[in-house]
Amino acid sequence: MLPRLFSFKGGVKPQTHKTPSVQEPIGLAPLPARLYVPLHQSIGGVPNPRVEVGERVLKGQVIGGADGWLSAAAHASTSGTVIAIEDHLAAHPSGLPTLTVVIEADGSDEWIARTAVDHRSLPPERVREMLRDAGVVGLGGAVFPSHAKLAAAAGVPVEELVINGAECEPYMSCDDVLMRERSDEIVRGIAIFRDLLDARRVLIGIEDNKPAAVAAMQAAVQAQGEDYQVVAVPTRYPAGGAKQLIRVLTGKEVPASKRSTELGVQCFNVGTVHSAYRALAFGEPVISRIVTLTGNLERPRNWEVRLGTPLHELLALGKPKDDTDRYLMGGPMMGFALPGLDAPVVKATNCVIAASPAMFPPSPPEMPCIRCGACAEACPHELQPFELYWFARARNFGKTQEYHIFDCIECGCCSYVCPSHIPLVQYFRFAKSEIWSRERDKKAAEAAKARFELRNAREEREQAEKAARLAKAAAARAAEKKSRPSAAEPAPVEALAAAASPALAADSVDAALVTPPAKSADQPSSAQPALDAEAVKKATIVAAMERARSQRAAAPPRNTEQLSPEQKRQLAAVDARRAALQAEEVAPVAASGASGETAKSGEQQGTAE
Amino acid sequence: MIITLAIMALGAVVLGAALGYASIKFKVEGDPVVEKIEAILPQTQCGQCGYPGCKPYAEAISAGEADINQCPPGGMDGVRKLADLLGREVKPLDAEEKPKQVAIIIEDTCIGCTLCIQACPVDAIVGAAKQMHTVIEPLCTGCELCVKPCPVECIVMQPITENLDNWKWKYPVIEIKRAA
Repeated sequence: MLPRLFSFKGGVKPQTHKTPSVQEPIGLAPLPARLYVPLHQSIGGVPNPRVEVGERVLKGQVIGGADGWLSAAAHASTSGTVIAIEDHLAAHPSGLPTLTVVIEADGSDEWIARTAVDHRSLPPERVREMLRDAGVVGLGGAVFPSHAKLAAAAGVPVEELVINGAECEPYMSCDDVLMRERSDEIVRGIAIFRDLLDARRVLIGIEDNKPAAVAAMQAAVQAQGEDYQVVAVPTRYPAGGAKQLIRVLTGKEVPASKRSTELGVQCFNVGTVHSAYRALAFGEPVISRIVTLTGNLERPRNWEVRLGTPLHELLALGKPKDDTDRYLMGGPMMGFALPGLDAPVVKATNCVIAASPAMFPPSPPEMPCIRCGACAEACPHELQPFELYWFARARNFGKTQEYHIFDCIECGCCSYVCPSHIPLVQYFRFAKSEIWSRERDKKAAEAAKARFELRNAREEREQAEKAARLAKAAAARAAEKKSRPSAAEPAPVEALAAAASPALAADSVDAALVTPPAKSADQPSSAQPALDAEAVKKATIVAAMERARSQRAAAPPRNTEQLSPEQKRQLAAVDARRAALQAEEVAPVAASGASGETAKSGEQQGTAE
Repeated sequence: MIITLAIMALGAVVLGAALGYASIKFKVEGDPVVEKIEAILPQTQCGQCGYPGCKPYAEAISAGEADINQCPPGGMDGVRKLADLLGREVKPLDAEEKPKQVAIIIEDTCIGCTLCIQACPVDAIVGAAKQMHTVIEPLCTGCELCVKPCPVECIVMQPITENLDNWKWKYPVIEIKRAA
């Protein structure tokens, strides 16, 4: 039973030119001497280098680890030595360099240890992680990390899983040959995605200009006893656009503000499904892809090319004709002129077209827009390209957004039909990147403002705190000054009393030695409450000194036990003399006060001798 | 005649009261023009306009004290936008227009004096006393305020080069050769 098909509005029917490149089966491109593997080959975070210059790498070894969730790993496409990690020309319309790992192949093409896994035996999160680390991204050309698309939206079960084999771009045939030759693996791969998404129905959409691919896929589905529907969709560019194919197969129209999963649909390219299957069932990360080499060549053909192969080496296989003047990456509708042939094959390289002036005649000069509306009729997203053109041309970017410029998929239908040969898509790309850049600047300005304000607030707070601290210290000092006259006066008196007491008692050595400790010990307690802390401290010191002295006196001198009577007599005479001398000294000392202390201790030392 | 005058007078009183009430009830806090001007300014906080930051400059423009062409980081584009907003004449920029820059600390030379950290208006420099400092590039506004305080001249300003992240599609131009 044929399913009911829907249609999308607009679209064009350019000449397909697909036949030349499907005459031969997929060829295995030879191993180049050097591979230039860019780290950033997908949408999302730039992978972090995991190898060092001089390190030996194996085929399939991770050379760039995924940076965050929305990112995909990069791998070495053959075994060899990393000879540089440097900026190298990227396969990008800008012609700017990107960080690239240069690997010198050693020819042995030695694999890393590969482990096959059954996705059903693992939790879905782990499978997604494995796909990310295997570098599985959308191989249709958008290179969006696939694992990030493999989760159903919250609360919306996935009704349909759409497998995109439409391949609507002219010249391109990489998906066609893949479906013809590896349909079995694709169908097995679909099971992985179906299980992860828990999809109820699987629809495989293939444009009806590829009957061989349709037949091969149908045979594979039947052979494996699956209930997938292989649907031949009418050939009309851009039927291979995700939103268009979903519309044709399911009748669901994905609005601009929503993702297809929110409507219960998800869409994957056949090449992506195939690479995911190889990654799980064979443990082989994405290190090669099928590239259509076609156009003005002696030998157009599809090749399985290792990622990182310089384009000039790939093109040598096709033998470009003499009048070739430029090369396009991607199809003629959406692709771009390559800035140089040193650029490597990357995950987004689905097709390389050698172009000659005869094949793609230079477009006639741009004429004024006559508002014929042909572009609006051709637009598959039902936009008004002529309005967008006015505003983009006038750099009125706010208005372009009002006319939904970000719904434009840059398919090129409007430029294709424009009778005035206006490069409409170029204007839209210009407007889009200009809007993005302004958004970036605005965000940066806002962040800078926030940081500046934060810093000012912090400085103000710090200054206020410092001022408060200083004020507090000043207040404390002032308070101290005020309290000192009353608190400081008794202190000297007290100290004087404590110091003088031993001196006063000096007439009798014994009294002097025993009484002062007791006196100074109870003096602080009996002193007035206004007593200053300093005075207390001084008193304690004096008391401690007295205690030490009394202890020293209590312990009898050791060398006087066994003395002869003669010696004892001499000592007694010395003592008597000293006592007489000190009695004379003490009288003035006691009058002068604290200085008696030193005399006292001098006397003590003398006794000890 | 008198009735007419009375009606007019009554109308004046009623409307005056209504307006007076509205001016209190719906009073606008702050100056909305200042906010609009500030939204146009690039927020580099560089002080090249002679005011200590973008907000003071916006206030000065709003008060008519400053002209609209004193912001070099904003460039001619900024002057045009300000002229549009305020209905003034577009004037040539009062200084040389520079490409966007970012400060780079030559880390071998840095002595860790923290002077640049104190100078940075957006806290984009990290480091500690006697430790090497470095600029957090994505946060740097290129204001050059850190360059002067450095006692060993180890901070250089580098223009931001085009890379794959900030690359933009160019405005389509008709090649003269083709059009001829």
